[in-house]
Amino acid sequence: MDMKKLPALALFIGLALIGGCAMNYTAADFDRLGKDMMKASFQTRGQAHIDRINQDEVNAACSAADLSGKPIDAALQRRLEAAELAKVVYPADGKFLGDWRKGEVEAQSGRGATWSDKAGEPNGGNCYNCHQISKAEISYGTLGPSLYQYGKLRGDSEAVVKYTWAKIFNAKAFNLCTNMPRFGHEKMLTEAQMKDLMALLLDPESPVNKN
Amino acid sequence: MRVVKVGSALLVLMAAVSGAWAQKSETEKGIDKYREMIADGNPAELWEAEGEELWKKKDGPNKASFETCNLGQGPGVVKGAYVTLPRYFSDAGRVMDLETRLAYCMQTIQGISEPKVTSYNQGDHKKIVALATYVAAASKGMPLNLPQEHPEEKRMYELGKRAFFYRAGPYDFSCATCHSAENTRIRLQALPNLTTNKPAGEAYTSWPAYRVSNSQLWPMQQRLNDCFRQQRFPEPKFGSEVTLALSTYMGVNGKGVASLAPTIKR
Repeated sequence: MDMKKLPALALFIGLALIGGCAMNYTAADFDRLGKDMMKASFQTRGQAHIDRINQDEVNAACSAADLSGKPIDAALQRRLEAAELAKVVYPADGKFLGDWRKGEVEAQSGRGATWSDKAGEPNGGNCYNCHQISKAEISYGTLGPSLYQYGKLRGDSEAVVKYTWAKIFNAKAFNLCTNMPRFGHEKMLTEAQMKDLMALLLDPESPVNKN
Repeated sequence: MRVVKVGSALLVLMAAVSGAWAQKSETEKGIDKYREMIADGNPAELWEAEGEELWKKKDGPNKASFETCNLGQGPGVVKGAYVTLPRYFSDAGRVMDLETRLAYCMQTIQGISEPKVTSYNQGDHKKIVALATYVAAASKGMPLNLPQEHPEEKRMYELGKRAFFYRAGPYDFSCATCHSAENTRIRLQALPNLTTNKPAGEAYTSWPAYRVSNSQLWPMQQRLNDCFRQQRFPEPKFGSEVTLALSTYMGVNGKGVASLAPTIKR
């Protein structure tokens, strides 16, 4: 905390009170003050740049919906979902499945993108933080649905494969205010890493599907 | 996090099925038992004792102790202070939480012109950690009762609510992403729903806490700092408005809940 600013701040607030500054805030005032506060309270550290505090249209809309406690407007949701789907980049070589063994390692890893992670190092998928995936791993989270037997239950049609890719790349394309990050769109995972995760989920030889 | 492979298929099946909130899995029961075991003999007591010494110690250019420091219950009154913070302080003209108020007393009473508190457990912050533990312990068992009288206190609550639902960063995470639902967990770590009374009160007052996993004593500012790190956000400045706002939001949501601090955690 910058202690030097304390007397100045106290003086400002004092003057504001004396000056009869409106202390009757509206909800819109709080919304605006809240956004100002987020910009002022944070600082760049390591690779976590202050620009990360800026919200795109999706985050701003979903934050407002969460705050209101009401679902987001349906038309807005559809428009933004379509826009997110349009941003999905599919593999240029048309190959969607990589190595499920590597996929399991990536799914286990909670590393990447924080200010204590080294910039330029590969990120992990953080998948087990939220999802059950293989049968053997009992240390899994429950923020997302179970992915156990993902491929076994859905098959590997072109539709399923493309959907799964797009879901990992940009989950907001299918459920705008989902808790799931947009791993491809935000460049948190490389194309090769996402292919490995695809294999973990869809390869019949993957432990996810073999039991 | 290394995983112990459990041989029993039944155990794994139970763990898998217990995505259903109906009953605790053997894994979760095991964790509860672990928590019970480590709760007997909390290293936080060492920080509490050190904090008490620092409270009474004449220090700084003014050779003064904290014994005239007003944490909201009157000069030098420690008992009951923790459960009414953050609150508005007219001498400072702003809302302060425990750590920022301690730093303020360090400055204004002891005469330390610029307390070094921006790095966790470095410089003057080392003293803040111990003092915060001591002060929090003095409110153990008392009900959370943050004041919401002053316009600034109400403003902090409203801003805290907005911060809580603010999605940003490359993962699009807000506090609500993890802390607004019942019966969910990250890996095997249960997530309190901070929007509802009992979980908010218990979570909020469980800090300051001794963390077994890194042998550190974390007051609330450090807990918030590390939340934002894991959310892939930039760093919240020590004592910044967002930290005060979120503490106010959680503390007010937890009104009436008996204070637990200091606790011991994984």
